[in-house]
Amino acid sequence: MLQAVLAATEGETSNPLIPAPYDIIWSAVCFVVILFFFWRLVLPRMKKLLDERSAAIEGNIEKADVAQREAEAALEQYTAQLAEARSEAAKIREQARADAQRIGSEINAQAQADAERVKANAQVAIEADRQAALVSLRSEVGSLAIDLASGVVGESLSDDAKATALVDRFLADLEASDTAGKK
Amino acid sequence: MATSDDGGFHGPSIEEFFPDAIFFAGTPFEMNRIVLIRILAVLAIILIFWLGTRRMKIVPGRFQSVVEMGLDFARVNIAEDLLGKKDGRRFLPLITTIFFAVLFMNITGIIPFLNISANSTIGMPLVLAVVAWFAFIYAGLKKHPGAFFKNALFPPGVPKPLYIIVTPIEFLSTFILRPITLTLRLLMNMVVGHLLLVLFFAATQFFFFTAGGFYALFGVGTLAFGFVFTLFEILVAVLQAYVFALLTTVYIQLALAEEH
Repeated sequence: MLQAVLAATEGETSNPLIPAPYDIIWSAVCFVVILFFFWRLVLPRMKKLLDERSAAIEGNIEKADVAQREAEAALEQYTAQLAEARSEAAKIREQARADAQRIGSEINAQAQADAERVKANAQVAIEADRQAALVSLRSEVGSLAIDLASGVVGESLSDDAKATALVDRFLADLEASDTAGKK
Repeated sequence: MATSDDGGFHGPSIEEFFPDAIFFAGTPFEMNRIVLIRILAVLAIILIFWLGTRRMKIVPGRFQSVVEMGLDFARVNIAEDLLGKKDGRRFLPLITTIFFAVLFMNITGIIPFLNISANSTIGMPLVLAVVAWFAFIYAGLKKHPGAFFKNALFPPGVPKPLYIIVTPIEFLSTFILRPITLTLRLLMNMVVGHLLLVLFFAATQFFFFTAGGFYALFGVGTLAFGFVFTLFEILVAVLQAYVFALLTTVYIQLALAEEH
């Protein structure tokens, strides 16, 4: 057994730093197989995938850009429309204010004119009434005076009692006629 | 793996990495366990990335996301970060291949029933390092035809007499040590990681079933260490894949950036 161990330790193949031909050959075969596998199959597939992925990402970025541009355009349009609407509103408000002023002054003038007219009418009516009252008063006072005078003449004016009664009667008559006239 | 039939404790030896041939013994196409594991790792890469990139969608599913994350790590964090978009794309197949080849072949070290990294014999690290070596020389020659070796060996701005010292150092560090360090860093990480795991689990086996009794307590300790180092090996597997791919990229970057 000792012989065998010695033989093994002294054997040519026992130095781990001296490569055996088969070791080199199979290592080289393994290396070449792995190299071709990665070179021809795996890495091209990986490259294709990475290209597709970056294309997809670029496509998405492109899409996002387009969407952003559209959104910006829409915003601009809305802003413009809003500004237009605002100026329109301002214009309308201005117009309304002017209209209101105009209508107000018109109404004022109209009212003033109406008031003038009403006042003038009233003055005319009052004058007419005064004239009518004057005319009727004059005639009535005349007849009353005549009645009174005739009454006075009919009774004795020397008698105080009689004169007082006469006046009282006259006034009562006047009152009566007045109430009758009212009714 | 290193446990024996005759009851004694057998620690792991370097023979771990020279398993018996299974197919084509004695020919240059001899296949042993480690070569089969290597081929299994290649098949795993092809299966996962073929399925993951078969029907790629712009909005990825769960599996596609994971595969994309892995590919993006090599593409963005290594290639484009150091080389920029244009040169990054040129060398991406190489960088991706190195990263995933190292990663998948490292990770077999902690997968049950495989239990050995496919990078723990010198063949694979050496092939990858030689590829990296050719890659950065190619990158330099393509970018600065004629001036690349002159700039690399006779750095501008150095006083002429100093070239006696500088040139051999530059030659050694750039064209000799780079592939050697790439190879050995990966190889030794995987070899030592495997030996550590074998040591812990072989000791656990020995303490539990051969020594028994009181010694089983030690077995608990070694088992716990074995578990922790298994987790650590996952970290090392990812880290070494990253380091290998990153250094390859850095060498390419330096070759491209060499001054006129």
